[in-house]
Amino acid sequence: MATKRVEVRAPMSGIFYRKPAPDQPSYVEIGDAVKKKQVLGLLETMKVFQKIKSPANGKVLEILPESESPLKDDDLIFVIEES
Amino acid sequence: MFKKILVANRGEIALRIIRACMELDIKSVAVYSEADEKSLHLKPADEQICIGPAVSAKSYLNIESILAAAKSCGADAIHPGYGYLAEKEEFAKACEENGIIFIGPKPENLKLAGDKITAKKIVEAAGVPAIPSSPGPIGTLEEALAFCEKIGYPVMVKASGGGGGRGIRICETDETLREDFLIAKAEAGASCGNDELYIEKLIFKPRHIEFQILADGFGNISHLGERECTIQRRYQKLIEESPSPKLTVALRKAMGDAAMQAARAVNYFNAGTVEFLLDSDDNFYFMEVNARIQVEHPVTELTTGIDLVKEQIRLSSGGRLECSFDDLKSRGWAIECRINAEDPERNFLPSPGVIETYRPPGGFGVRLDTHLYQGYDLPIYYDSLIAKLVSFDLNRIGAIAIMKRALKEFIIAPVKTTIPLYRQIMDDPSFRKGDFDTGFINRFVSEEEEDD
Repeated sequence: MATKRVEVRAPMSGIFYRKPAPDQPSYVEIGDAVKKKQVLGLLETMKVFQKIKSPANGKVLEILPESESPLKDDDLIFVIEES
Repeated sequence: MFKKILVANRGEIALRIIRACMELDIKSVAVYSEADEKSLHLKPADEQICIGPAVSAKSYLNIESILAAAKSCGADAIHPGYGYLAEKEEFAKACEENGIIFIGPKPENLKLAGDKITAKKIVEAAGVPAIPSSPGPIGTLEEALAFCEKIGYPVMVKASGGGGGRGIRICETDETLREDFLIAKAEAGASCGNDELYIEKLIFKPRHIEFQILADGFGNISHLGERECTIQRRYQKLIEESPSPKLTVALRKAMGDAAMQAARAVNYFNAGTVEFLLDSDDNFYFMEVNARIQVEHPVTELTTGIDLVKEQIRLSSGGRLECSFDDLKSRGWAIECRINAEDPERNFLPSPGVIETYRPPGGFGVRLDTHLYQGYDLPIYYDSLIAKLVSFDLNRIGAIAIMKRALKEFIIAPVKTTIPLYRQIMDDPSFRKGDFDTGFINRFVSEEEEDD
């Protein structure tokens, strides 16, 4: 069965967060099944938060940046295996 | 007079304060985070000290680091600007304990300004009308429902420790209150570190009118007229002007007196602002005190000729207030547009990046307070206010014409800014007539949340 690797990249520069709040669990872990438009993480740019959403149904294969690390426009964040 | 002032802030306000120091022949010390190494505010200062990494909590909010910097360079005073530590009682006290003058209100003023429930009680007791609100914090949903039954809907649920428009929710009915109350409590706790809520009656189609206050250390208080800040989006001010097109001489006198009464009731010192809401019947209600120099201070400076930052410095070094509002003979009209690095066509999505083309406006009646320059890479860690464009003329229609012209000249690219939105507003008939309320901005922006 062919699988497709789908990349999720930063829409602009900002600070990446894996959790909705410091005392909460991460939105997703490697291996989690995800649905299209499910929130995978947050990007904070100039004090405004944007949701990073999955572009497809599938499974989280890779999570590249550390939480709270600064990203540049188009940096690779997640790789999803589309099912 | 101070010999050396450390400016505990960044961006346009840091530059503003450093300029005042230069004019007063006072040495200035700029502090900066690792993300601000290329910031314009560093150059004109006499000394520059790095106070920590990019994240505000470790730099601009880091009391230890800032005090260490002040002691290492021998600063005898600190100006906190606005935001960050400007209204933190803990910081003002720490300055005092270290023998450094905090240029601003007293710690007790800061404490009170951050406790909106108590501030309201004190001001009301002094005879200033206030918005009907809960006599104390509302702890449970049951208390909230009972109170709202009494004062009637719609209501505003507000965080006692909030500020800058944060922590405010409107509840039109008891159903919305049931849904929102606990969420509002959690949000307040998360964002202000204080989950106390209070409830106010919602004033219909209000205008936001605030008065600039100055107070010296000898018990003298005066006001410098009003600012109209009604054009806001999500409680963030976008356009401010002075004077207000709505106030009559009588209303200005009544509100100015009330503002001074409020400042007196809290033993205020240095510069501050008393905020009111004005309803459609010209009734005014005290809302809160802002114990700091404000973003929009330029419109007051242009109509009164008084440099508010220099006044703050002078008052903190023992100066006396010299005149009352009537002595000032304020004249003309000033309008300020807050320019943010946001795309108004995409629901104000932030627009970071390098400012490749920067062509600022100039000419008669134009003032520009900004830290921008060509080639500047906007840091992602701090808020999106990148410039304040202010116009001044002898009358309102003249000030609008100058603002319209200046906005047209002003090129910032490829980063997106709110300049196009302001150009539209300058042409809007209701704006030009001075006829607007806090709902005005909805005509230009869709208020739907992005949530697909």
